[in-house]
Amino acid sequence: MLTLKDVSITFNEGTLDEKKALQRTNLMLNSGDFLTVIGSNGAGKSTLMNITSGSLLPDVGNVYIENKDVTFIPEYKRSHYIGRVFQDPMAGTAPNMTIEENLAIAYSRNKRRTLRFGVNKKRKQMFKEYLETLHLGLENRLTAKVGLLSGGERQALSLLMATFTEPNILLLDEHTAALDPSRAEMITNLTGDIVKKYELTTIMVTHNMQQALDLGNRLIMMDKGQIILDVAGKEKNQLTIEKLLNEFQRIRGTDMVNDRALLG
Amino acid sequence: MFISIFGSIEAGIFYAIMALGVYLSFRVLDFPDLTVDGSFVTGAAIAAMLIVSGYNPLIATVIAILAGFLAGCITGLLHTKGKINPLLSGILMMIALYSINLRIMGRSNIPLLSQETIMTKISQLSERIGFDQVMSSLFTSLGFTHLPRTFGIVIFAAVVTLLIKFLADYLLKTEVGLALRATGDNKKMIRSFSANTDNLTIFGLGISNAFVALSGALIAQYGGFADIGMGIGMIIIGLASVIIGEALFGTKTIAITTLAVIGGAIIYRIVVTLALRVEFLETGDLKLITAVIVITALVAPKIIDNFKEKQRRKRKRTEQMKVAG
Repeated sequence: MLTLKDVSITFNEGTLDEKKALQRTNLMLNSGDFLTVIGSNGAGKSTLMNITSGSLLPDVGNVYIENKDVTFIPEYKRSHYIGRVFQDPMAGTAPNMTIEENLAIAYSRNKRRTLRFGVNKKRKQMFKEYLETLHLGLENRLTAKVGLLSGGERQALSLLMATFTEPNILLLDEHTAALDPSRAEMITNLTGDIVKKYELTTIMVTHNMQQALDLGNRLIMMDKGQIILDVAGKEKNQLTIEKLLNEFQRIRGTDMVNDRALLG
Repeated sequence: MFISIFGSIEAGIFYAIMALGVYLSFRVLDFPDLTVDGSFVTGAAIAAMLIVSGYNPLIATVIAILAGFLAGCITGLLHTKGKINPLLSGILMMIALYSINLRIMGRSNIPLLSQETIMTKISQLSERIGFDQVMSSLFTSLGFTHLPRTFGIVIFAAVVTLLIKFLADYLLKTEVGLALRATGDNKKMIRSFSANTDNLTIFGLGISNAFVALSGALIAQYGGFADIGMGIGMIIIGLASVIIGEALFGTKTIAITTLAVIGGAIIYRIVVTLALRVEFLETGDLKLITAVIVITALVAPKIIDNFKEKQRRKRKRTEQMKVAG
């Protein structure tokens, strides 16, 4: 379904700020996999997402979607296959356009845009039905400007917009991080439901370990541009925050030694 | 007085097409496109040149529209592919067009007074079918003594401008149009929904400048000349129309906003006409008057809002004082 093969990318190469964001990273997702990604700041999580979506191109290595090499296919073309929800609730929707217009834009993701009306009666009905699944009452506010919605409502709408056209891959980039705890929980539950309903192949980056454990069938931990832990299935189900923390600590410990060795 | 107001309405409706173009770039695409100063003249120059060379004025106008579209596309290319900042892309295109316009015209002014233009055709038609006579007797019975030469042109202007308005309204509601608006609203978002923002920006600026060139071509035929300097400050006039219209008539929906822009363009013309009747102001003060109008239109709503907000707070406080006793 999705394969990253020997992907490396370095930012500011040859300067003091040089940063190896990904180092020969390999990742293979099967159809229907729900992968959660954790790791400290600068571990390469977002880079992993951006390379998958095409907003960054790797220095070396290749990206395959459905066995098709998409390494150099630009972001806007690649989004035929990919649905995305960003961390910033403002990022995934157009604030000065109405809810139905936003949904119409999302509806055209995997189709050719034509000179037919984006919103018509039939689509309105369809959008209403999809909005009802959010249980936020947005189905009664089709012509409200999205900028008037709260952060939680906007993120729920973003999630719906990214998923209702059933993309081959769904990318969730810390999409609950900017919300208050109760809204975050609402979006987390919604995410679980939607991914299950459409059986979407999903990558979710998160800072919330509980969320990483609750959702998905596979978990990776990243550090310094490398995948340092990869658990799936039963093994993942048995993971706890404590075990993860220990694992984190263990790996951090080795890092410390390395740092000291460097300094010495 | 009636004649000059009538004239400013007539001209205002033709300039409204240019204002709709500015609305597309400035508001919809969020792209402050200064190409307008050049593409307006390009429209006028091409129409005038072709009419003088004996072409049908309708064909001349259509070719002017195409030239405007092309000019807008080039500005879009400079910005999207050349990564030049929007303001600078527009300015570069504007000064490039100055030379191009001179080349098109071959001199700095082409008079059209003795030529067959769309306007002469329309006024002949209006006279032939008896429309002018009907309108004249109507206005005479209302007590007006000085009457304009023809009433056909103002009707023609309104029809063309409304057609362009409906075209813009329709376009902005299509699937492509929604993507175009999202390009101006949230680029990151629309890219993640598989829209090529570069192409949309180029296309949008093309349409915008096509409108501007059409306006230029019509104004040249209406005014009876094309002049190399007729586009100076055009972007500000367009902006003034958009801002005045939005402030007075609101922006609730696209259809209302485009109508507001047309209204803004007409009101701008009327204000300028009235201002020029003031004793101490001269024709040369036109640009200064325009600048003052735009500044007023930009600043006044904020001052009014601030004042209202202060009053509201004051009222709340006194209410609370009363409750507290």
